[in-house]
Amino acid sequence: MAGQTKVKKAGSFSEFLGSIFRNQLVIPVMALLILALFNLIADPSFFKITFNTTSSGEPVLLGNLITILDYGSELAILAIGMTLVTAASGGQDISVGATITIAGSVILRVLCGNAGSRPEELATPIIVAFLVACVVSMIVGAFNGVLVAYFKIQPMVATLILFTAGRSIAAWINNNELPIISEPSFGYFGNYIPGNPIPTPFFIALACVIVMMLVLKFTNLGLYTQAVGINEKSSRLNGLNPTFIKLLSFIILGLCVAVAGLIKVSRLSTINYSVVAKDIEMDAILAVALGGNALSGGKFNMTASILGAYVIQFLTTTLYKFRVPADALPAYKAIVVIALVVLSAPVVRTWIADMWKKIKPKAKASVKEGE
Amino acid sequence: MFGKKRSLTDTGLLLTITVLTFVLMYVAAIIFLGQGFRTPQGFFNILNANAALIITACGLSIVMITGGIDISVGGVVALVSMCCAVYLDFKGGSVGGAILIALGIGVAFGLVQGFLVAYLDIQPFIVSLAGMFFARGMTTIVNNKPFNVAHEGFRALKDTHIVIPGLGVTNRKGMYIDAYVEIGVIVALLIVLFLFIALRWSRVGRNLYAVGGNNQSALMLGINVKRTKFVAYMTCSILAGIGGFVYFLHIGSGSASNATGMEMDAIASSIIGGTLLSGGVGNIVGTLLGVLSLNTIQNIVTSAGLDEAWWTGITRAAMLCLFLIIQSIVLARRNKK
Repeated sequence: MAGQTKVKKAGSFSEFLGSIFRNQLVIPVMALLILALFNLIADPSFFKITFNTTSSGEPVLLGNLITILDYGSELAILAIGMTLVTAASGGQDISVGATITIAGSVILRVLCGNAGSRPEELATPIIVAFLVACVVSMIVGAFNGVLVAYFKIQPMVATLILFTAGRSIAAWINNNELPIISEPSFGYFGNYIPGNPIPTPFFIALACVIVMMLVLKFTNLGLYTQAVGINEKSSRLNGLNPTFIKLLSFIILGLCVAVAGLIKVSRLSTINYSVVAKDIEMDAILAVALGGNALSGGKFNMTASILGAYVIQFLTTTLYKFRVPADALPAYKAIVVIALVVLSAPVVRTWIADMWKKIKPKAKASVKEGE
Repeated sequence: MFGKKRSLTDTGLLLTITVLTFVLMYVAAIIFLGQGFRTPQGFFNILNANAALIITACGLSIVMITGGIDISVGGVVALVSMCCAVYLDFKGGSVGGAILIALGIGVAFGLVQGFLVAYLDIQPFIVSLAGMFFARGMTTIVNNKPFNVAHEGFRALKDTHIVIPGLGVTNRKGMYIDAYVEIGVIVALLIVLFLFIALRWSRVGRNLYAVGGNNQSALMLGINVKRTKFVAYMTCSILAGIGGFVYFLHIGSGSASNATGMEMDAIASSIIGGTLLSGGVGNIVGTLLGVLSLNTIQNIVTSAGLDEAWWTGITRAAMLCLFLIIQSIVLARRNKK
């Protein structure tokens, strides 16, 4: 907002407006402001943050904003992978919720080893379990990727396979038992590290974002992904390998899923196959859409997607605040999705542009009359 | 060389694969598993349990023939069954009113989704994904506790069995048991027959194939592409509404977990039935066989001892995966020509 006054002084107002609306970040920021304003008017106590100590005497921060930071982080991690998949393949992966369950199930299985579902101590270090989950998730991602890239099946139909089978596979991995990990350090990833009042998922997300930003800055991943998304044929003629790049985007999403899975199972130190990460695919797609990225592929803006993820969590928390039951949330979010895609549809944009052209001369005329 | 030999069309090839799969699977089931598969009633039970799936899958096939997709059908079925249950039990409505509600919900979803996809040119998957979440969310808003419907008129309709003469069996005690189907099966078969005729011989039916085969050339032939797509989505949602009522008639309860994963089953059935995801190729009879194949394989897996709940999901997904790959190969062959 500080830049606003500067530009106003420097040049014409319409130029400034144009530059703002051309910036992708404007959509999530606007949505965030609208939500914040709505909450401020409805109930200012929404923004209250309290400093508490847990029963074991550790300091923690509590409040709606902290919840958003906490739960928005796993969504932000998913949004990173989902943005790449969307950009490269022009479709979305709807199996992320189910594959998170697989990743979580693998982590618990490895941690339990052969000691049954209530181990006294961990069979393997947490890092080993996490790495195994990473490998499994990348294989799962590669499965989706192969179907999309080599067999040329529409991404959303290809991932529909795991969307339905994923939770069944996760239950099968653990023989349908619900393991419980009693080791307290396992809970650090999804809750708080003792002595640190900010939830750990935020730091994990921060690390993922930094790694991704570095990758995008120092490699050609971003450029190649966009090239493949914009025009597959011409990118191949320019010496890229579109099939491999699509596959790679799904594998990267698999890695993101493994991290999100770790956070999910760490939160409760157990897993519930039919409930964990339910409907998260919707939120992840919504985050990408809210970031102003075209869902049909091509150019993308990673920062906007990540910001979009936190805005979605803001929306979810706001809905919870107004006592909307968890099961009914999808209905409200679906309306938001429809509103977003309708506004960003090329047909509607042309209509609006035409309307604007018709109104503009009149507006100018009226200004002249006023003078 | 083989100039006189007519090459099989894509529709013909895929349909042949479907028919062969179904026949082989059913024969294998009869030989190796026997039991439920040997009697005609075993076959009718598959029909009874899947009448709703047949109806919704037919609707989905029509959308897929135009090159689109609609994954909201499962949600619509759940919403319809919940609304009808609430209307009958809590509001004291009549069965006729419930049927109107089912159709109304179908029309509403068809209007919105059809408009968004056909006239605003939005990706069908995103629109129907939102539709699915909306329907699922609305179902829990309408009522979130599962309950059985006790409405008398409805119970009478639910328990109406249509006896098929001559196909019954004599059981161990020497009693003759009639083979029967439920009303839903008759509705489903009538719809299959109607759609088969409509797709084959009506102008609208041919337009659907033309639009799915090639959007641009359909436009140049003077076909109203937008309206044809709209009609496809409308038909699909209305059929999902009817399917919802038939599902409700079979299951007789309202629950938010009704029809879980039905969209996936419907898509899988259409694909197994030889409908190409890219549009332009498909057959309603294939879809019917797709539904039957999907359930036969599932029965085989269950009777073979893999009866834990998760095997259902895994089997269906594996079957879908296999047929998607077959399709992809067929498509590659077509593009090479």
